[in-house]
Amino acid sequence: MSVAEFFSSMDYGPAPEAARPAVDWLDAHDRRFDLFIGNEWVAPKDQRRFDSINPANGRVLAAVAQAGATDIDAAVAAARAAQPGWVVLGGHGRARALYALARAVQKHARLLAVLESLDNGKPIRETRDIDIPLVARHFYHHAGWAQLLDAEFAGYEPLGVAGQIIPWNFPLLMLAWKVAPALAAGNTVLLKPAEFTSLTALLFAELCQQAGLPPGVLNIVTGDGATGELIVNHPDIDKIAFTGSTEVGRHIRAATAGSGKALTLELGGKSPFIVFDDADLDSAVEGVVDAIWFNQGQVCCAGSRLLLQESIAERMVDKLRARMENLRVGDPLDKAIDIGAIVAPVQLARIESLVAKGVAEGATLWQPSWSCPEEGSFYPPSLFTGVAPASTIVQEEIFGPVLVAMTFRTPDEAVALANNTRYGLAASVWTESINLALDMAPKIKAGVVWVNSTNLFDAACGFGGYRESGYGREGGREGFYAYLRPSWTKNLPPYGADEDRPAPEPGTVAADLPLIDRTAKNYIGGSQKRSDSGYSRAVVAADGRLLGEVGEGNRKDIRDAVEAARKAVGWASAATHLRAQILYYIAENLAARQREFRDRIMAMTGAKRRAAAKEVDAAIARLFSYGAWADKFDGAVHAPPIRDVTLAMHEPVGIVGALCPDEAPLLALISLLAPAIAMGDRVVVVPSPRHPLAATDFYQVLDTSDLPGGVVNIVTGDRDGLARVLAEHDEVDALWYVGPAAGSAMVEGASVGNLKQTWVNNGKRRDWFDPRQGEGRDYLRHATQVKNIWVPYGE
Amino acid sequence: MSRGEQPAAAGSGAEVHQMPGRAGAMQDSTGRNPGTELELDWLEEVRVNRSAVERRTATLAPRRAVKKDAQAAWLLKAVTCIDLTTLAGDDTAGRVQRLCAKARRPVRSDLLEALGVADLGIHVGAVCVYPMMVAAAVEALDGSGIPVASVAAGFPAGQTPLAQRIAEVEAAVAAGAREIDIVITRGHVLTANWQALYDEVRAFRQACGAAHLKSILGTGDLATLRNVAKASLVAMMAGTDVVKTSTGKEGVNATLPVSLVMVRTIRRYRELTGQKIGFKPAGGISAAKDALAYLSLMKEELGRDWLEPALFRFGASSLLGDIERQLEHHVTGRYSAAFRHPAA
Repeated sequence: MSVAEFFSSMDYGPAPEAARPAVDWLDAHDRRFDLFIGNEWVAPKDQRRFDSINPANGRVLAAVAQAGATDIDAAVAAARAAQPGWVVLGGHGRARALYALARAVQKHARLLAVLESLDNGKPIRETRDIDIPLVARHFYHHAGWAQLLDAEFAGYEPLGVAGQIIPWNFPLLMLAWKVAPALAAGNTVLLKPAEFTSLTALLFAELCQQAGLPPGVLNIVTGDGATGELIVNHPDIDKIAFTGSTEVGRHIRAATAGSGKALTLELGGKSPFIVFDDADLDSAVEGVVDAIWFNQGQVCCAGSRLLLQESIAERMVDKLRARMENLRVGDPLDKAIDIGAIVAPVQLARIESLVAKGVAEGATLWQPSWSCPEEGSFYPPSLFTGVAPASTIVQEEIFGPVLVAMTFRTPDEAVALANNTRYGLAASVWTESINLALDMAPKIKAGVVWVNSTNLFDAACGFGGYRESGYGREGGREGFYAYLRPSWTKNLPPYGADEDRPAPEPGTVAADLPLIDRTAKNYIGGSQKRSDSGYSRAVVAADGRLLGEVGEGNRKDIRDAVEAARKAVGWASAATHLRAQILYYIAENLAARQREFRDRIMAMTGAKRRAAAKEVDAAIARLFSYGAWADKFDGAVHAPPIRDVTLAMHEPVGIVGALCPDEAPLLALISLLAPAIAMGDRVVVVPSPRHPLAATDFYQVLDTSDLPGGVVNIVTGDRDGLARVLAEHDEVDALWYVGPAAGSAMVEGASVGNLKQTWVNNGKRRDWFDPRQGEGRDYLRHATQVKNIWVPYGE
Repeated sequence: MSRGEQPAAAGSGAEVHQMPGRAGAMQDSTGRNPGTELELDWLEEVRVNRSAVERRTATLAPRRAVKKDAQAAWLLKAVTCIDLTTLAGDDTAGRVQRLCAKARRPVRSDLLEALGVADLGIHVGAVCVYPMMVAAAVEALDGSGIPVASVAAGFPAGQTPLAQRIAEVEAAVAAGAREIDIVITRGHVLTANWQALYDEVRAFRQACGAAHLKSILGTGDLATLRNVAKASLVAMMAGTDVVKTSTGKEGVNATLPVSLVMVRTIRRYRELTGQKIGFKPAGGISAAKDALAYLSLMKEELGRDWLEPALFRFGASSLLGDIERQLEHHVTGRYSAAFRHPAA
């Protein structure tokens, strides 16, 4: 087109970013890459390689190594060998190293951006303006955490060797999110990039070499799912961090169950984008563009479910269609492109098949009038209307530029629709009313809520999901904890063999006079309930006498207990002062019956009088601790580098299942119950199977302490049997298990259904009397999850 | 170009899409905006989220890079949309004549030939002066098809009795101005006296007769984007043909966020009435790449029709000079210097 023709048409014309520097870099490596192990480039032992392809044109960019078992062993060994030295380097030393990496990323920003765009197909505008700057920011921020580690995380230590598996949608950014906190905390790393997008990780490895990162601290092992499997199952890895599909996440949870590996999962989403009638609709339209047409919609937190208040729905849809008509799909290296290439033909096929399914189910599909480039994997922005929550495309994560729109009438209905999903990663709320926005944000089950904005990220603000969107956070203080453990957990003794032995046969009831029979029942929804099983289990004293009987709890008791807990949802929003008052009141009432509980403990466990009294005292003190904490475990306000406040709220996890050990039957019970209820969780607790009477006595204390029914539910019976039922219950959000190692493994494995957050002791025995081990922030963090609410402001 | 610090903008613009009758004047053949009653309900539904607006404008230009031949064409288009302006206390007939000569030939003819656009008759959109200079400008532009625009109504502050402001508009029209750039009373916006604002703009519209009315909102004085949106809407309801951001004399003049809000209000008014309103950002637009960003904004938010001087103008003093340099660079591949281009 000539200048005169452009003058007449006023079309944009091509605005290509030069690919040459990235192509030169690939050529300089003969378009063939090895594994990066111990700061050296190592050919894969069996010489297997696979192609990395430019999705914009289908051409091969380079051959990338497929790491096999020997290679992974070598990489793990390199990481293991490097770890002690990396710790000894100290926080300041590691801060220097991370600072150097941040600078290296900035110095080579454009090369990284172009290479990323070539390999992934995302627009150069995004890699240049979003991905790479966020990568640098993440390393800077975590250089800071390394520097402050000793001061801010006293009593914590690194986990050891971290195996990290990242997705293809933000290749280098996900590397940064994984690598920066791991290294800052003193871990060494084995990172596997996604099979489709290995190249920027390999370039990053070169930058690490140049920056002088010590050998073995970061190892980049390329490969496909089989390589990932080798990492997940490797016995000498301490932590697995995964970002990717919920399906693979579930598989990893199952594979690592009982291995003792720490695990964080950052999984899928089907995030709601809610527009109220008092929103700035034109801005909301741009928000939708940034929500679902960012990175071709291949974003785990993409706002893919548009919820529109009925009164403005039609106008919004009209505006959206007009806006979609103006979007430009094409060459990712064109600077004036909104939507680039879908990462690979297989992903394109998945999008096409889900869209076809949507059409087949009767939804109305709208796409712009223009067509996509013929060559390469491209898909147009797409909008479905005429869908309902029951539609497949409303439930399934499409991971493409496809939006579904539904309407709602009231804020409550918006919440209900927003939460009608297995996922809970992010949400976007558009309204000019601060009252409405701040009312909505806590009600939406999602780890991130953006008010009048979307897809904002910053290293200081944690990111991560609820429900099947995974667990753990990345970024912020909460994300940093994912690479640390309390130092006291290191050398704990295991549970002895005697714990697994069956209780002795009961003898006869020993008493001078016949006692009035006391029937210990389950405690469900604030009242005593006989076990559904109709069976009882004997409680035997230390001396072999029959102390009494408790119900043999079963599946239905757990079901009822969880149902009661569900109904007690008001506890989550009860004032923290009220929760504190009730905890103190429980302590007060327990103190009033101190001798009775002391005697009970003596009878059950054979403890000496002083020891039993000490346990009751410790339990009372623990209740006081959490009464104290109830209104003090505050969230934070972050100041990311835009005009915004991000409120990091500590929200209760929800319904917590707690399985108690046999030792310290009262203190352990209180130690698990109290932090949960202090934080607003509801609890289904299975007390010590062998010494349950302290718990069944305890519900009388609860009854007299104004605790609303359903907040604490007690089901007696077989710990591991009931643990399995809880683990498999989709309404239970978190499960805490303290007991022998086999139970930990079972709980982790059985929790894959709804990917509930598990917290297990891996068979290690803690000292409940030691406040460092038995109470405090670690418990509170497990009782809460952080929701980051972004509130950009300004008039 | 211009002397001293005052705005002296360049422009030339008879352009291809000419309307019948009053060649060069803003608005198209579908006629003028007749305005509406003062619809306060429309104001009630105005919502502007500043952070979101800023995010849009921050990413708009990076989303729409225009390069090479397309860029040259866009810069030429920008030239045709410039209101070449001088608004200074020391303006004289001689000064205005020189400006008008530049308005007729804003870009060196050898450059236009090299770009293959010599036959497009490129000139600026209008010449904009004070009322006292209108006669001189009309004479200097005789036969060029370039309209003369006059600021009026107590420019720049508007703190003059209404009768005098109306008389000033009438005098400028009588002197031959075909476009009148009035300033609104900012106080009416700050006190939400929409009726007074409406009545005032209505009166100016009346006084304009056949001349096109541009309403300068003085957005830098309006404090909030919501005020900008509401003031825009009231001016349109009162019959303005164009909304203009600034006098060039406020502390803050045209910005992309303010422009986005005004442009979206133009879109809204069109949805409500079917009328197309023009837009003129003024003040502070000095770089060729700024001009490209504004053109992208118009194209993306309003469409192709708003890339013509009938519906879009720049009020800018130093913009033309930068565009000339960029065009020469496009032709020669060498960076250019200001002295190589004829002064205004």
